[in-house]
Amino acid sequence: MNPKRTKRLTFVLIIVIGMAIAVGLALYALNQNINLFYSPSQVVTGQAPKHHMFRIGGIVKPGTIHQIPHSLDVSFDVTDKVNQVEVKYKGILPDLFRAGQGIVVDGQLNHHGVFIASQVLAKHDATYMPPEVRAALKEAKHYKHIKSVGKIQ
Amino acid sequence: MWQFMHKLSSPKYFYDLSGKMLPWFILATAILLIYGLYAGLILAPPDYQQGDGFRIIYVHVPCAIWSLGIYTFMTITAAIGLIWRMKMAHIMVRASSVIGAWITFAALATGSIWGKPMWGTYWVWDARLTSELILLFLYLGFIGLQTAIPNRQTAAKAGAILLLVGFVDIPIIHFSVDWWNTLHQGASLSLLSKPTISPSMLYPLLAMIVGFGLLFATILLMRTRNEVLLWENQSRWVQRLISC
Repeated sequence: MNPKRTKRLTFVLIIVIGMAIAVGLALYALNQNINLFYSPSQVVTGQAPKHHMFRIGGIVKPGTIHQIPHSLDVSFDVTDKVNQVEVKYKGILPDLFRAGQGIVVDGQLNHHGVFIASQVLAKHDATYMPPEVRAALKEAKHYKHIKSVGKIQ
Repeated sequence: MWQFMHKLSSPKYFYDLSGKMLPWFILATAILLIYGLYAGLILAPPDYQQGDGFRIIYVHVPCAIWSLGIYTFMTITAAIGLIWRMKMAHIMVRASSVIGAWITFAALATGSIWGKPMWGTYWVWDARLTSELILLFLYLGFIGLQTAIPNRQTAAKAGAILLLVGFVDIPIIHFSVDWWNTLHQGASLSLLSKPTISPSMLYPLLAMIVGFGLLFATILLMRTRNEVLLWENQSRWVQRLISC
Protein backbone atom coordinates (compact mmCIF):
# COMPACT_ATOMS: atom_id res chain seq x y z
CA MET A 1 0.00 0.00 0.00
CA ASN A 2 1.33 3.44 -0.75
CA PRO A 3 2.37 5.58 2.24
CA LYS A 4 -0.54 8.01 1.88
CA ARG A 5 -3.08 5.22 2.19
CA THR A 6 -1.23 3.71 5.12
CA LYS A 7 -1.41 7.09 6.82
CA ARG A 8 -5.15 7.35 6.22
CA LEU A 9 -5.69 3.79 7.41
CA THR A 10 -3.81 4.57 10.62
CA PHE A 11 -6.00 7.65 11.04
CA VAL A 12 -9.17 5.53 10.69
CA LEU A 13 -7.87 2.93 13.16
CA ILE A 14 -6.86 5.60 15.68
CA ILE A 15 -10.38 7.07 15.64
CA VAL A 16 -12.07 3.69 16.11
CA ILE A 17 -9.68 2.37 18.77
CA GLY A 18 -9.47 5.73 20.56
CA MET A 19 -13.23 6.01 20.77
CA ALA A 20 -13.53 2.42 21.97
CA ILE A 21 -11.04 3.05 24.81
CA ALA A 22 -12.60 6.38 25.81
CA VAL A 23 -16.17 5.12 25.82
CA GLY A 24 -15.11 1.84 27.42
CA LEU A 25 -13.54 3.68 30.35
CA ALA A 26 -16.54 5.99 30.71
CA LEU A 27 -18.96 3.06 30.74
CA TYR A 28 -16.76 1.19 33.20
CA ALA A 29 -16.87 4.18 35.53
CA LEU A 30 -20.64 4.48 35.17
CA ASN A 31 -21.20 0.75 35.47
CA GLN A 32 -23.65 0.67 38.38
CA ASN A 33 -25.63 3.66 37.07
CA ILE A 34 -26.38 2.00 33.77
CA ASN A 35 -28.01 -0.99 35.42
CA LEU A 36 -31.75 -0.60 35.28
CA PHE A 37 -32.46 -2.16 38.67
CA TYR A 38 -31.11 -3.47 41.98
CA SER A 39 -31.57 -7.07 43.02
CA PRO A 40 -33.51 -7.90 46.21
CA SER A 41 -30.24 -9.02 47.82
CA GLN A 42 -28.69 -5.61 47.15
CA VAL A 43 -31.74 -3.99 48.77
CA VAL A 44 -31.59 -6.25 51.83
CA THR A 45 -27.85 -5.60 52.31
CA GLY A 46 -28.47 -1.85 52.10
CA GLN A 47 -26.78 -1.10 48.79
CA ALA A 48 -29.91 0.50 47.36
CA PRO A 49 -30.66 4.21 47.96
CA LYS A 50 -32.80 4.83 51.07
CA HIS A 51 -34.61 8.07 50.40
CA HIS A 52 -35.28 8.22 46.73
CA MET A 53 -36.85 6.25 43.91
CA PHE A 54 -35.09 3.22 42.47
CA ARG A 55 -36.02 -0.04 40.76
CA ILE A 56 -35.89 -3.63 41.95
CA GLY A 57 -35.73 -6.50 39.49
CA GLY A 58 -36.52 -10.11 40.37
CA ILE A 59 -39.09 -12.85 40.27
CA VAL A 60 -42.59 -12.73 41.76
CA LYS A 61 -42.39 -15.30 44.57
CA PRO A 62 -45.17 -17.88 44.09
CA GLY A 63 -47.76 -17.90 46.88
CA THR A 64 -47.09 -14.33 48.01
CA ILE A 65 -49.52 -12.46 45.74
CA HIS A 66 -52.36 -10.94 47.76
CA GLN A 67 -54.98 -9.02 45.88
CA ILE A 68 -57.37 -6.98 48.04
CA PRO A 69 -60.89 -7.63 46.66
CA HIS A 70 -62.74 -4.74 44.97
CA SER A 71 -59.62 -2.60 44.77
CA LEU A 72 -56.45 -2.26 42.71
CA ASP A 73 -54.25 -2.84 45.76
CA VAL A 74 -51.90 -5.77 45.51
CA SER A 75 -48.92 -6.97 47.50
CA PHE A 76 -46.33 -9.59 46.64
CA ASP A 77 -42.72 -10.52 47.33
CA VAL A 78 -40.02 -10.03 44.72
CA THR A 79 -37.13 -12.45 45.09
CA ASP A 80 -33.80 -13.38 43.53
CA LYS A 81 -34.12 -16.85 45.16
CA VAL A 82 -31.84 -15.72 48.01
CA ASN A 83 -33.51 -12.67 49.53
CA GLN A 84 -36.91 -11.09 49.06
CA VAL A 85 -38.51 -7.70 49.41
CA GLU A 86 -42.20 -7.09 50.06
CA VAL A 87 -43.82 -4.86 47.44
CA LYS A 88 -47.10 -2.94 47.67
CA TYR A 89 -48.68 -1.56 44.52
CA LYS A 90 -51.91 0.12 43.53
CA GLY A 91 -52.74 0.06 39.84
CA ILE A 92 -53.09 -2.05 36.76
CA LEU A 93 -50.60 -4.89 36.38
CA PRO A 94 -49.15 -5.84 32.96
CA ASP A 95 -50.60 -8.90 31.20
CA LEU A 96 -47.53 -11.02 31.85
CA PHE A 97 -47.62 -10.47 35.63
CA ARG A 98 -48.00 -13.79 37.44
CA ALA A 99 -46.25 -15.93 40.05
CA GLY A 100 -42.74 -16.86 38.91
CA GLN A 101 -42.58 -14.04 36.36
CA GLY A 102 -39.53 -11.79 36.10
CA ILE A 103 -40.53 -8.20 36.87
CA VAL A 104 -39.07 -4.76 37.45
CA VAL A 105 -40.78 -2.48 40.02
CA ASP A 106 -40.15 1.25 40.33
CA GLY A 107 -40.71 2.96 43.69
CA GLN A 108 -39.34 3.72 47.14
CA LEU A 109 -38.71 1.89 50.41
CA ASN A 110 -40.83 2.99 53.39
CA HIS A 111 -39.75 2.91 57.06
CA HIS A 112 -40.84 -0.69 57.50
CA GLY A 113 -38.68 -1.89 54.63
CA VAL A 114 -41.70 -2.38 52.38
CA PHE A 115 -41.24 -1.24 48.80
CA ILE A 116 -44.05 1.09 47.71
CA ALA A 117 -44.17 0.67 43.95
CA SER A 118 -45.43 3.29 41.54
CA GLN A 119 -44.92 1.15 38.45
CA VAL A 120 -44.71 -2.59 37.79
CA LEU A 121 -43.09 -3.76 34.54
CA ALA A 122 -42.98 -7.36 33.35
CA LYS A 123 -39.76 -8.79 31.95
CA HIS A 124 -40.02 -11.62 29.52
CA ASP A 125 -37.31 -14.05 28.53
CA ALA A 126 -35.84 -14.63 25.09
CA THR A 127 -37.63 -17.96 24.68
CA TYR A 128 -40.45 -18.30 22.20
CA MET A 129 -42.39 -21.53 21.72
CA PRO A 130 -45.91 -22.75 20.99
CA PRO A 131 -48.10 -23.58 24.04
CA GLU A 132 -48.10 -27.31 23.15
CA VAL A 133 -44.30 -27.46 23.25
CA ARG A 134 -44.35 -25.69 26.61
CA ALA A 135 -46.87 -28.23 27.94
CA ALA A 136 -44.78 -31.12 26.63
CA LEU A 137 -41.63 -29.68 28.21
CA LYS A 138 -43.38 -29.27 31.55
CA GLU A 139 -44.63 -32.82 31.41
CA ALA A 140 -41.15 -34.11 30.61
CA LYS A 141 -39.71 -32.15 33.54
CA HIS A 142 -42.43 -33.51 35.84
CA TYR A 143 -41.71 -37.02 34.62
CA LYS A 144 -37.98 -36.56 35.21
CA HIS A 145 -38.74 -35.24 38.69
CA ILE A 146 -40.83 -38.30 39.53
CA LYS A 147 -38.06 -40.53 38.21
CA SER A 148 -35.37 -38.84 40.29
CA VAL A 149 -37.56 -38.91 43.40
CA GLY A 150 -38.19 -42.60 42.72
CA LYS A 151 -34.44 -43.25 42.56
CA ILE A 152 -33.78 -41.64 45.93
CA GLN A 153 -36.41 -43.82 47.54
CA MET B 1 -12.25 -9.73 -6.85
CA TRP B 2 -9.89 -6.77 -6.75
CA GLN B 3 -10.48 -6.09 -10.41
CA PHE B 4 -14.24 -6.28 -9.90
CA MET B 5 -14.04 -3.78 -7.05
CA HIS B 6 -12.02 -1.53 -9.29
CA LYS B 7 -14.55 -1.73 -12.08
CA LEU B 8 -17.39 -1.16 -9.60
CA SER B 9 -15.75 2.06 -8.48
CA SER B 10 -16.47 3.53 -11.91
CA PRO B 11 -19.88 5.26 -11.66
CA LYS B 12 -20.85 4.40 -15.23
CA TYR B 13 -20.05 0.69 -14.81
CA PHE B 14 -22.00 0.63 -11.54
CA TYR B 15 -24.97 2.37 -13.17
CA ASP B 16 -25.17 -0.14 -16.01
CA LEU B 17 -24.65 -3.24 -13.84
CA SER B 18 -27.09 -2.17 -11.11
CA GLY B 19 -29.76 -1.49 -13.74
CA LYS B 20 -29.51 -5.10 -14.89
CA MET B 21 -29.49 -6.51 -11.34
CA LEU B 22 -32.34 -4.47 -9.94
CA PRO B 23 -35.30 -6.58 -11.20
CA TRP B 24 -33.76 -9.73 -9.64
CA PHE B 25 -33.28 -7.98 -6.32
CA ILE B 26 -36.91 -6.80 -6.35
CA LEU B 27 -38.14 -10.31 -7.15
CA ALA B 28 -36.07 -11.99 -4.41
CA THR B 29 -37.14 -9.36 -1.85
CA ALA B 30 -40.81 -9.80 -2.73
CA ILE B 31 -40.65 -13.60 -2.47
CA LEU B 32 -38.91 -13.60 0.91
CA LEU B 33 -41.07 -10.88 2.47
CA ILE B 34 -44.34 -12.42 1.25
CA TYR B 35 -43.30 -15.88 2.52
CA GLY B 36 -42.01 -14.43 5.80
CA LEU B 37 -45.11 -12.38 6.50
CA TYR B 38 -47.52 -15.18 5.57
CA ALA B 39 -45.63 -17.82 7.55
CA GLY B 40 -45.01 -15.48 10.48
CA LEU B 41 -48.45 -13.96 10.80
CA ILE B 42 -50.62 -16.92 9.81
CA LEU B 43 -48.75 -20.26 9.88
CA ALA B 44 -46.58 -19.84 12.99
CA PRO B 45 -48.21 -20.93 16.26
CA PRO B 46 -48.93 -18.37 19.02
CA ASP B 47 -46.35 -18.03 21.82
CA TYR B 48 -46.94 -19.80 25.14
CA GLN B 49 -46.48 -16.59 27.08
CA GLN B 50 -47.36 -13.70 24.78
CA GLY B 51 -50.02 -15.34 22.58
CA ASP B 52 -50.43 -13.69 19.19
CA GLY B 53 -48.76 -10.53 20.47
CA PHE B 54 -45.32 -11.96 19.86
CA ARG B 55 -45.83 -11.80 16.07
CA ILE B 56 -44.54 -8.23 15.99
CA ILE B 57 -41.13 -9.95 16.33
CA TYR B 58 -41.28 -10.56 12.55
CA VAL B 59 -40.92 -6.84 11.93
CA HIS B 60 -39.12 -5.70 15.07
CA VAL B 61 -36.14 -8.07 15.01
CA PRO B 62 -35.29 -7.64 11.28
CA CYS B 63 -35.47 -3.85 11.71
CA ALA B 64 -33.29 -3.95 14.82
CA ILE B 65 -30.69 -6.24 13.22
CA TRP B 66 -30.46 -4.14 10.07
CA SER B 67 -30.31 -0.88 12.00
CA LEU B 68 -26.95 -2.20 13.24
CA GLY B 69 -26.12 -3.91 9.94
CA ILE B 70 -26.63 -0.80 7.81
CA TYR B 71 -24.55 1.32 10.18
CA THR B 72 -21.72 -1.23 10.08
CA PHE B 73 -21.94 -1.38 6.28
CA MET B 74 -21.86 2.44 6.11
CA THR B 75 -18.83 2.67 8.43
CA ILE B 76 -16.80 0.09 6.50
CA THR B 77 -17.75 1.61 3.14
CA ALA B 78 -16.97 5.13 4.39
CA ALA B 79 -13.56 3.95 5.67
CA ILE B 80 -12.83 2.44 2.24
CA GLY B 81 -13.89 5.72 0.63
CA LEU B 82 -11.66 7.64 3.00
CA ILE B 83 -8.56 5.49 2.57
CA TRP B 84 -8.74 4.71 -1.15
CA ARG B 85 -10.48 7.98 -2.14
CA MET B 86 -13.24 6.02 -3.84
CA LYS B 87 -16.10 8.19 -5.01
CA MET B 88 -18.57 5.31 -5.37
CA ALA B 89 -18.07 4.36 -1.72
CA HIS B 90 -19.06 7.83 -0.56
CA ILE B 91 -22.09 7.81 -2.88
CA MET B 92 -23.27 4.48 -1.43
CA VAL B 93 -22.82 5.65 2.16
CA ARG B 94 -24.84 8.77 1.45
CA ALA B 95 -27.57 6.68 -0.19
CA SER B 96 -27.71 4.26 2.79
CA SER B 97 -28.15 6.86 5.52
CA VAL B 98 -31.84 7.63 5.05
CA ILE B 99 -32.76 3.94 4.80
CA GLY B 100 -30.79 3.26 7.99
CA ALA B 101 -32.50 6.09 9.84
CA TRP B 102 -35.98 4.87 8.86
CA ILE B 103 -35.25 1.27 9.77
CA THR B 104 -33.87 2.36 13.17
CA PHE B 105 -37.00 4.43 13.70
CA ALA B 106 -39.10 1.38 12.77
CA ALA B 107 -37.18 -0.78 15.27
CA LEU B 108 -37.79 1.77 18.05
CA ALA B 109 -41.46 2.26 17.11
CA THR B 110 -42.32 -1.45 16.85
CA GLY B 111 -40.42 -2.10 20.09
CA SER B 112 -42.41 0.60 21.80
CA ILE B 113 -45.72 -0.81 20.55
CA TRP B 114 -44.63 -4.27 21.70
CA GLY B 115 -43.48 -2.95 25.06
CA LYS B 116 -46.79 -1.47 26.15
CA PRO B 117 -48.86 -4.70 26.38
CA MET B 118 -45.99 -7.03 27.40
CA TRP B 119 -43.79 -4.96 29.72
CA GLY B 120 -46.41 -2.40 30.71
CA THR B 121 -44.61 0.65 29.31
CA TYR B 122 -43.87 2.23 25.95
CA TRP B 123 -40.41 3.34 26.97
CA VAL B 124 -37.86 2.74 29.70
CA TRP B 125 -34.36 4.21 29.87
CA ASP B 126 -32.54 0.89 29.94
CA ALA B 127 -29.20 0.35 28.22
CA ARG B 128 -30.57 -1.40 25.11
CA LEU B 129 -33.30 1.13 24.35
CA THR B 130 -31.13 4.17 25.10
CA SER B 131 -28.18 3.00 22.97
CA GLU B 132 -30.55 2.25 20.08
CA LEU B 133 -31.99 5.77 20.39
CA ILE B 134 -28.43 7.14 20.22
CA LEU B 135 -28.01 5.16 16.98
CA LEU B 136 -31.03 6.98 15.51
CA PHE B 137 -29.43 10.30 16.49
CA LEU B 138 -26.17 9.20 14.81
CA TYR B 139 -28.04 8.52 11.56
CA LEU B 140 -29.86 11.86 11.82
CA GLY B 141 -26.58 13.63 12.61
CA PHE B 142 -25.00 12.08 9.51
CA ILE B 143 -27.93 13.16 7.31
CA GLY B 144 -27.83 16.65 8.82
CA LEU B 145 -24.11 16.92 8.15
CA GLN B 146 -24.57 15.89 4.52
CA THR B 147 -27.24 18.52 3.91
CA ALA B 148 -25.38 21.23 5.85
CA ILE B 149 -22.16 21.00 3.80
CA PRO B 150 -22.75 21.99 0.17
CA ASN B 151 -19.45 20.55 -1.14
CA ARG B 152 -19.99 16.81 -1.64
CA GLN B 153 -16.34 15.84 -1.14
CA THR B 154 -16.06 17.71 2.16
CA ALA B 155 -19.47 16.43 3.30
CA ALA B 156 -18.45 12.84 2.55
CA LYS B 157 -15.22 13.19 4.55
CA ALA B 158 -16.93 14.84 7.53
CA GLY B 159 -19.65 12.19 7.42
CA ALA B 160 -17.11 9.36 7.35
CA ILE B 161 -15.46 10.69 10.50
CA LEU B 162 -18.84 10.96 12.24
CA LEU B 163 -19.55 7.34 11.29
CA LEU B 164 -16.17 6.15 12.60
CA VAL B 165 -16.64 7.97 15.90
CA GLY B 166 -20.20 6.70 16.30
CA PHE B 167 -19.28 3.11 15.47
CA VAL B 168 -18.48 2.50 19.15
CA ASP B 169 -22.26 2.46 19.76
CA ILE B 170 -22.73 -0.72 17.68
CA PRO B 171 -21.04 -3.21 20.07
CA ILE B 172 -22.65 -1.34 22.99
CA ILE B 173 -26.13 -1.94 21.56
CA HIS B 174 -25.33 -5.57 20.81
CA PHE B 175 -23.86 -6.42 24.22
CA SER B 176 -26.00 -4.06 26.35
CA VAL B 177 -28.30 -6.89 27.41
CA ASP B 178 -25.31 -8.98 28.57
CA TRP B 179 -23.25 -6.26 30.24
CA TRP B 180 -25.99 -4.62 32.29
CA ASN B 181 -29.33 -5.67 33.63
CA THR B 182 -32.04 -4.31 31.39
CA LEU B 183 -35.78 -4.65 30.91
CA HIS B 184 -35.10 -5.83 27.36
CA GLN B 185 -34.50 -9.57 27.25
CA GLY B 186 -31.34 -11.18 25.89
CA ALA B 187 -30.86 -12.34 22.33
CA SER B 188 -32.97 -15.21 20.95
CA LEU B 189 -30.72 -15.62 17.93
CA SER B 190 -26.98 -15.97 18.02
CA LEU B 191 -24.38 -17.22 15.60
CA LEU B 192 -22.67 -19.38 18.19
CA SER B 193 -25.48 -20.96 20.15
CA LYS B 194 -28.79 -22.70 19.57
CA PRO B 195 -31.67 -20.23 19.08
CA THR B 196 -34.15 -20.07 21.97
CA ILE B 197 -37.02 -19.72 19.55
CA SER B 198 -38.98 -22.75 18.38
CA PRO B 199 -38.20 -23.89 14.75
CA SER B 200 -41.78 -23.29 13.55
CA MET B 201 -41.36 -19.64 14.60
CA LEU B 202 -37.71 -19.37 13.62
CA TYR B 203 -37.86 -20.04 9.84
CA PRO B 204 -40.30 -17.20 9.05
CA LEU B 205 -38.11 -14.94 11.20
CA LEU B 206 -34.96 -15.89 9.26
CA ALA B 207 -36.84 -15.30 5.99
CA MET B 208 -37.86 -11.84 7.23
CA ILE B 209 -34.30 -11.00 8.30
CA VAL B 210 -32.86 -11.98 4.90
CA GLY B 211 -35.84 -10.30 3.21
CA PHE B 212 -35.21 -7.02 5.01
CA GLY B 213 -31.53 -7.24 4.04
CA LEU B 214 -32.53 -7.63 0.39
CA LEU B 215 -35.06 -4.82 0.75
CA PHE B 216 -32.21 -2.62 2.00
CA ALA B 217 -30.00 -3.72 -0.93
CA THR B 218 -32.79 -3.00 -3.43
CA ILE B 219 -33.56 0.48 -2.11
CA LEU B 220 -29.82 1.13 -1.80
CA LEU B 221 -29.28 0.26 -5.49
CA MET B 222 -32.13 2.54 -6.53
CA ARG B 223 -30.96 5.44 -4.37
CA THR B 224 -27.31 4.97 -5.39
CA ARG B 225 -28.32 5.13 -9.07
CA ASN B 226 -30.02 8.47 -8.39
CA GLU B 227 -27.01 9.75 -6.48
CA VAL B 228 -24.66 8.65 -9.29
CA LEU B 229 -26.66 10.70 -11.79
CA LEU B 230 -26.58 13.71 -9.45
CA TRP B 231 -22.81 13.51 -8.79
CA GLU B 232 -21.98 12.85 -12.42
CA ASN B 233 -24.45 15.26 -13.98
CA GLN B 234 -21.64 17.10 -15.75
CA SER B 235 -20.12 13.99 -17.33
CA ARG B 236 -20.76 13.05 -20.92
CA TRP B 237 -22.42 9.67 -20.36
CA VAL B 238 -25.05 11.18 -18.07
CA GLN B 239 -25.69 14.02 -20.52
CA ARG B 240 -26.17 11.45 -23.26
CA LEU B 241 -28.52 9.42 -21.03
CA ILE B 242 -30.66 12.45 -20.31
CA SER B 243 -30.82 13.67 -23.91
CA CYS B 244 -32.05 10.39 -25.37
